[in-house]
Parts: sequence; C-alpha cells; structure tokens
Amino acid sequence: MSVAIHMESLGKRYRIGRRARYLTLRERLTSVLQSPARWLRSTSSGNSDRGPRYIWALRNVSFDLQEGEVLGLIGRNGAGKTTLLKILSRVTQPTEGSAEIRGRVGSLLEVGTGFHLELTGRENTYLNGAILGMGKKEIARKFDDIVAFAEVGDFIDTPLKHYSTGMQMRLAFAVAAHFEPQILLVDEVLAVGDLAFQKKCLAKMGEVAHAGRTIVFVTHQMNQIRRLCEKVIWMDGGTIRQVGPTNEVVGAYESAVLSGESAGRVSDDSAHVKARFLRWEIVEPHGPRPNVLDTPGPLTVRFVVDVKSAIPHAHHGIGLYDADRKLLWGTALKQFHLDAGVQQFVYNLPDLPVKPGAYCWRVTLWDDEELVDGWECVPDLLVATKPVTHWLDEWAGILNIPSRFTVAPLEQEPIDHLEAKHENAR
Amino acid sequence: MAAPQTQAAMMEAPGSYPSVRISARRRWLALDLPELWAYRELLYFFVWRDIKVRYKQTVIGAAWAILQPVMTMLVFSLFFGRLAKIPSQGLPYPVFYYCALLPWMYFSTAMQGATNIVVDQQRVITKIYFPRVVLPIAAVLSGLLDFAISFLVFLAMMVYYRIMPTAAIIWLPGFTLLAILTALGVGLWLSALNALYRDVRYVLPFLVQFWMFASPVAYPSSLVPEKWRWLYGLNPMAGIIEGFRWALTGHGQPPGMLLAASAAGVILLVFSGLIYYHSVEGTIADVV
Repeated sequence: MSVAIHMESLGKRYRIGRRARYLTLRERLTSVLQSPARWLRSTSSGNSDRGPRYIWALRNVSFDLQEGEVLGLIGRNGAGKTTLLKILSRVTQPTEGSAEIRGRVGSLLEVGTGFHLELTGRENTYLNGAILGMGKKEIARKFDDIVAFAEVGDFIDTPLKHYSTGMQMRLAFAVAAHFEPQILLVDEVLAVGDLAFQKKCLAKMGEVAHAGRTIVFVTHQMNQIRRLCEKVIWMDGGTIRQVGPTNEVVGAYESAVLSGESAGRVSDDSAHVKARFLRWEIVEPHGPRPNVLDTPGPLTVRFVVDVKSAIPHAHHGIGLYDADRKLLWGTALKQFHLDAGVQQFVYNLPDLPVKPGAYCWRVTLWDDEELVDGWECVPDLLVATKPVTHWLDEWAGILNIPSRFTVAPLEQEPIDHLEAKHENAR
Repeated sequence: MAAPQTQAAMMEAPGSYPSVRISARRRWLALDLPELWAYRELLYFFVWRDIKVRYKQTVIGAAWAILQPVMTMLVFSLFFGRLAKIPSQGLPYPVFYYCALLPWMYFSTAMQGATNIVVDQQRVITKIYFPRVVLPIAAVLSGLLDFAISFLVFLAMMVYYRIMPTAAIIWLPGFTLLAILTALGVGLWLSALNALYRDVRYVLPFLVQFWMFASPVAYPSSLVPEKWRWLYGLNPMAGIIEGFRWALTGHGQPPGMLLAASAAGVILLVFSGLIYYHSVEGTIADVV
C-alpha cells in the first residue's frame, strides 16, 4: 500500500472581528489615506496588534492516509473538520504547511453544486457531473443508473423548478453517488433527505468504500462513522486530538461528549458541578435511532441529568433551534426542587410539525441565579418525516402541517373534498 | 499545486497516479495551460449553461441578440447621423453604426458577464475546485453566440445596401480575437476586484458608458487629432472597432498605428489581468 494523502503541519488562518468579510473600496481607500504606514505594515506583515484579529481554524495537522483507507473526521462544530476537507479538496489554500495527494480527487462538500432551477433534470445531471469532475462520456454511460437511483423517472426532462425538494435532493445524491474518483472527500451531505433514501445512499457509499477507494468522511452521526470507517481522526480546536481505529476513537469521543467535556457546554469545569446533562433521546415513538423523528404525531422526549447534590430552587429552560440557529420553540420551568441522583426531564408534545431537517435542543439548568449546566444537545434532532407542504423550498415554510382544501359556493356545505397533493404535483 | 490532474491521467491505471501538491506558496506564473486543457469539458459546460439559461423565461428569447444592436443602430443613425451629421466615411449611417456595434455590443456584454461571474458562481467556488480562470473565459466565450446571431443581421444589411466585401475581410477573425481578448483582460481584472470589492458592480454601468464614448462607436476615429491617435489607440476597442469597419466594408483606412497600439494594449491587459486574477484566485473562496 502506498500513501494516498500526506499532510504536513497544515494550518489555516482566518481573519475575524473588526473587518467585514469583504470591504468596499471606500473603506480600504480611507484606511490607506488615514494611516498609510499602518496599512503598509499590516499588508506586508499580515499581522499587527491594532489590525484585524486572526483565528487559526486549523493548526499543525499532520497525517498520512494509506490508499484504500476510509477515514472518518469527527469533532464538534468549529473543530476544523470542514476546513481540513476544503484544503484537501483545494477549494481554499492553507496558510502554512503542505499536503500531497496521489490520485484523482473528488470532493462532495455539498450535493447538487451548480444545479440551476431553469434547467431540466437531464441538463443538471450533466452540469453537476461535469462540475464534480466527471467527463461527458462518463456521465452518459452512467446516466440511466443515475435516473433510476434518483427515482425521478419521467421528470428527468422537466425543469428542476418543478421538482419537489425531495426529488431535487434525490437527483443530487444520485449524481454524487455515481461519482467514483480514486480519492473521495465527503462533508456531511447525508444528514438530510428522507430516511429510506439516506439508507440507500449509505449502502452505495459502503459499496464504494469496499471497492478499495480512499475516502475521507465528515459527519456528526457516529453510527455512519462506525459503519463506514476503519480509522478516525478526532479534531478539537483546529488540531488533531486523537487518531486511531474507529471504535477506540469514537468511544473516547462519545464518552467525552457524554461527560460534558466538549460539545457546546457553557460551563466547563467538570470537577465540582452540581449537575450535568448526560444525554437526550426520543422515548416515544420508539425507533432504532433515538435522535430521529420519522413519524408525525405525539412524541415524548427525555433529557437525562446527573444531579450530584440536591438543588432546592432549580430553574430549567429548553429551546429548539433550527440549522440556522433560529429559536423555534422554548419554555422554562421555575422554582422546582431537584433531588440528587440521575433524573430525567420528560417532555410530552402533541406534535412537532417542523419540516424535515436537523435541529438542535438547548437545555439549561439553573440554581437560582447561577447557571449549573447548559447543553447544546448532541446528537442533533433529525426530523425525517414526510414533507407535506409546498414542493418548492422557498414556499414550504418551516412548519410541516398537512392541509385539506375544498371549494364550494358560499351558501352551501362543501361536498367535494380534494386532498392537496404535494409530493408529485407539477 | 505542482502537477495538475489531467484528463489523461484519469484514464491511467492505478499506480501511476498524478500527484497534487497543496501548499501556501503560489507560483506567480499566471496560467497553467495543461491544467486548463484538462478542464476543457467543464469550460464547455459553463459556456453551455450560460447560453441555455440566458434566454429561458424570456418571451422572445434569442431575438434579443438582434433587437439590441438593431435598436441602438437606429437610435444612433437618427441622432448622431441625421441630426448631428457626424461624418461616416461615406457609408450609410446604419452600416457605419452597425459595424461598430457588432464588436462593441459583444465586448460590453462579455466584459460585464465576466465581471459578475465570480460573484454569481460563489456557491460553486466555495464548494469545489477547478482552475478559477475557467469562469471569466466561459463568460467571454458564451457571448460569441449573440455576436454570431447579430452578425447575420449585418449580412442582410450588406445585401440591402449592396456592399461587396473586399479582401480586407480576411482580417475579421483577427479583430474578433482581439475583441475576445480585450473582454477577457478587462473581465479578469474586474471579476477579481468584484470578488473583493462589491463597488465594482456599481461602477460597471458607468465604465461601459464612458468606454463607449472613448471608442469610435458613434463617430469615426478620424475626428481625433492625428498627434493624439496613438494615445487614443491605447484603448484597445478603438483599433478593434475601426478594424471591424474597415474589414467589413473596405471603407476607411486600415487602422495601422491605431491597431498596433491597441494590440499592445490588449496583450498588456490580458497578462496583467492573468497575474492579478491569479494572485487573488487562491483566496477567492475565502472572501466571496
């Protein structure tokens, strides 16, 4: 076996703070005019105290990946996983260090890159394939398989704007799944989409993984990592925290997360705290994955808290956030007594009609005015219910609520019930 | 980024993998031609998409490619010709103006397309690697279809005005190439600047307008005093537009001095554009 990817003290620095992500010409001109000396210094050295601040998104990452190995990258948000993947796929340049890649590289930082709503499914398949790096002949050869895999059938010659969100996703995945470079870099692209189709993609990826290809794979879902990867890198704060066989590293990561050591804790000294959130799960409806909600209707969610010493004046807050960090729902309970021991906070909800996707619970526990623990729950809540709203994302809204539609003269009882059709409506 | 991935290498058996080196260092050399060649299919798809999408959802579609220059030609003939009586080298006003509008319209749309393409394609840029220079090249090439369509109108005009092409017409491809290169050179500069400073988007309409009046679109360059002609020629479009008039109709002078200055200007523009674009290229994904 030979080395497929060789990384040597890779680092990436981003500028943050005072400066916007892009400047207007006026800002730059005025800054030059006001203090030419400083401008010269900051552009030549790239680092001055009063200038912009920098953060290292990635630092000192060295690693060798053998040909044919499947590597998982795990770690909390902002740990540098995506940055590393972007450097390896050459989307962005490292600030320091170097890497060498042997073989034809393909990267899937998202699916459906370059899709255009005005073009048909067929045209988009060719376009997306070409952007990923497939040749025209290669796409032509795989075209029928892609269409069959995507289950879009007759819609293939219809403009993409008439597709449901689900169909667009399926087509995007199908193109991606038929992309077979020697080295594949995949960011968390399997987190959305309906569950059955996710499974199909995973199976397809498993096939690819066992066909001797080198794969680097980022995800938050440990069961995917367990199923696909032999080796795992745990990233933390832009550096490699631990490397090794999957079970070992994932185990260490999970116990670190469970003990509340990383993963979005507000308070972080773990030695003398009064209580800790340990885990959360969907109790009802019961499914194989306790963080996936795939049926509409009543649900019961449980948060397990380890209370070291009784809290007489406990307050507890909970919030549900969407992927854009927008608060969707929240409530709080004031002044209750919490005994020592492992406790469960149970929520019964009549329904959680949000559109399919990833969501995050945030729970807090207070002792009077003092924050005992705040947890951005890991893993994310994945809602994988069937979408029943508008088939275009922009009109679907955030609530996934089924509707009935009737038409009748005003003075008369409505007779003809037409159930609104969603999934395949043109 | 030493050895590029090449299409040929993809076909090679495992074991003879091409190797890609990633590091902070950038070669100053602006254009990696073998790599560009390896990405020619992507270039083709970008051009193809641009053309496909351009007239979707328009009512009269590609007829716009004819309407725009024809309407402008009519307005110019009326105001600059009939009313202002600008000399037209003995050509009927519609022919005089249309000859100039052919390269000018191509240039202004191609240049504007190239300027906006990096910002328009930021989703793709932040998600996947390809030589970024493909984008402005695609924008400049996709404008050629409209150019060809509006050229057909000129052929009809030649028949109507009974203008016989002269031997000068063999120079036409050369002038067209110069127009493409000019649009590319300006597009390289402006698209890179546009990624960094969004002001460019607002400056662009004025730039196009000023540039048109600094070019012999609405008037012949013979109105410019002889001793300033070389300076005027530093605007590459000056030589190109005069070249089009001369090559298509045989009227006027072959733009010798003017053309030499223009060609020099174009070469300077493209090379500096490539170098600047390349210097920004590595960080484009971080800033767009």
